Amino acid sequence: MNVRAHISMTFHLDKCIGCHTCSVACKNLWTDRKGTEYMWWNNVETRPGTGYPTGWEDQERFKGGWEKKNGQLELRLHSRARGLTNLFYNPALPELDDYYEPFTFDYQNLFSAPEGDDQPVARPVSMITGEPMNLEAGPNWDDDLGGSNLYAQNDPNWVGVAPEIQAQMAEIERVAFNYLPRICNHCLNPACVAACPSGAIYKRAEDGVVLVNENKCKGWRMCVAACPYKKVYYNWATGKSEKCILCFPRLETGQAPACFHSCVGRIRYLGAILYDADRIATAANAETQELVQAQLDAILDPFDPQVIAAARANGLGEDWIKAAQASPVYKFVKVWKLALPLHPEYRTMAMLFYIPPLSPIVSSIEEGLVRLELPPEKVDFELFNHLEKARLPLEYLANLFAAGNVEVIKPILRKLLAVRIYKRRQSVEGSIDPATLKIVEAAGTTPEEIEAIYQLTTKPTLQERFVVPPYHREMATEVWNDPLAHKGETGVGFIELPVRGD
Amino acid sequence: MNWNILLFQVFPYVALALLIIVSFQRMRGKPFSVSSLSSQLLERKLLYFGSVPFHWGLLIILLGHLAALLVPQGLLLWNAVPMRLYLLEITGLALALWTLGGLLVLLYRRLSNRRILAVTRPTDVIVLLLLLVSILTGILTAVMYRYGSFWFPSVFTPYLWSIFTLRPRPELVADLPFWIQLHVFNFWVLLAVFPFTRLIHILTVPLGYLWRPWQLVIWVRKPRRLQPIPPVAPPYPTSAKPQAALQDKGGAYGSD
Repeated sequence: MNVRAHISMTFHLDKCIGCHTCSVACKNLWTDRKGTEYMWWNNVETRPGTGYPTGWEDQERFKGGWEKKNGQLELRLHSRARGLTNLFYNPALPELDDYYEPFTFDYQNLFSAPEGDDQPVARPVSMITGEPMNLEAGPNWDDDLGGSNLYAQNDPNWVGVAPEIQAQMAEIERVAFNYLPRICNHCLNPACVAACPSGAIYKRAEDGVVLVNENKCKGWRMCVAACPYKKVYYNWATGKSEKCILCFPRLETGQAPACFHSCVGRIRYLGAILYDADRIATAANAETQELVQAQLDAILDPFDPQVIAAARANGLGEDWIKAAQASPVYKFVKVWKLALPLHPEYRTMAMLFYIPPLSPIVSSIEEGLVRLELPPEKVDFELFNHLEKARLPLEYLANLFAAGNVEVIKPILRKLLAVRIYKRRQSVEGSIDPATLKIVEAAGTTPEEIEAIYQLTTKPTLQERFVVPPYHREMATEVWNDPLAHKGETGVGFIELPVRGD
Repeated sequence: MNWNILLFQVFPYVALALLIIVSFQRMRGKPFSVSSLSSQLLERKLLYFGSVPFHWGLLIILLGHLAALLVPQGLLLWNAVPMRLYLLEITGLALALWTLGGLLVLLYRRLSNRRILAVTRPTDVIVLLLLLVSILTGILTAVMYRYGSFWFPSVFTPYLWSIFTLRPRPELVADLPFWIQLHVFNFWVLLAVFPFTRLIHILTVPLGYLWRPWQLVIWVRKPRRLQPIPPVAPPYPTSAKPQAALQDKGGAYGSD
């Protein structure tokens, strides 16, 4: 057992309201420099939808992540030799138009336009060429466009979803969508690290943060293609790759990352978990249907005396072990088994876990009125027994979070529903009837667990949501600079203005 | 000092000095400035038709020149059979034309695409023009003064070795035709500008990728943590209130 700690994350999708505050907080802090305008280290996508960059899940095209070849784990992007021969042209690299051309508006024209018959306008201008341009895409271009034939219908996750259900999802009265906030997953088996010819990307053993060494990066841009989540971006101005740094200067000073801290819906949880580094290789190579379980098995119980002893032997301090025991992520992922990694089939072992969203049941229109297909008083119970009637198809959620395995999603939705039914009965009727208790039992949970889930879901304190262990900056081999000093620079601890080339 | 000595003896040493000293200084002192400066994100179609032939063609041709420098006897032996000489010359010429095509595409792309123009610095164009001169004079040499691979070992191999071994014999190239002299001089110019331009990315060819482990995990703090921390005398009199003193100094980050 090789115990390491990882600062891991949980996003509760049921609570996300799609306000993009996280994206803006991140943008203001890290990516408001030249060359990074199009980078959204944190973005919020509407699902079903094509996401950002458009269609990033289409790995036939973008070649992200790992795949099993003859039992061996290989990068989908290239072999080692092929990686070197593709230096001059990387066929799988997205183009700027797969993101969007960054733009601003010519506001000065509003003041300086000569007097005329018409109101002056602020035309959009490209932030690359500085010339007027027509906007064809932008950040959140498909925001809230659930059911649209341009975005939602081109979602790659419809595989295995019946055509009539897909058609239903496109009807205006039955449109359902949820939000999917995404940051770098800080994977246990990162494909970007493996694909970098220069060896510039690395994972910090202390906390698992994946970083690009901007000094070693030579702009071969293999990481951009190899990351299946498309969360490494190429800075077109400096010729270096950049990615989410999990706000490590904030973590090291005891603060949650900016996107976490600013989250309005309080959907984000952050905490340390202990994992067994020796199990990464086998877990990443598991059968597709068992990938989720294999990854969860690699996460260790921080209360187990054996684990604690092994953690100590690996140099983990008592404060980190304590933090792992108090971690909200550990509770959601391992104790309550409510959270799943996004697209486990990419085999990078993402360490950001999502609690899948509940959705209302399918309704139909009769004579202009919305008719629920179930009597209202029974809706919750019926949904519990007929999860296939949920508006967001089970298969769709399974394609997002469970490599297509519906059986992994079902118990999670059941438990979430049990919490909802139990607390609703409790607060509306004041007492719990036997039918509800039966549901609780069928969901494999207990009233005590439901109370704990409810507590951490609806009214956790800041200290309960973000359990950041002390980083012991006094022991750092490098003494980092003032976090504020990073703003306007390369953003990853490099104190020099990012000038292109010499 | 005549022109011959200035251009083919003094200048080569200036170029080599710049190449070695400035490259070293830049790789060590300003590693952030070293990058392939890829512009594939901004434009990919023309890049494919330009970059691939340009890089591969140039690489193979340079390896050919290197072989002539290192194993001249081998080259002469190979050329002893006329058929093999023709084969070598035709292959070289075809590669040069392929490279030239790629270079022209790259030059056109750099000067016509607005996005690429936005990231173009003067040195980017200078490098392309210098390489254009190299390839054109090389092709002229190959066509007009046949057969280059035949006389290279007796003219350039000794000349280059005389420079590298610090016993310069510039007179070896004194009587060569203008186009060949330009080809040689341009080579020294390219070496001289090498560390100041994007050419420096040639030094960073990541051959280590062939054998490095897939995953790189770095302990940022372990070295220090394992060292015993020496006992330090408390900065305050022990009889005073230590807690208050700590809180005063802890600030926003606490005293962990």
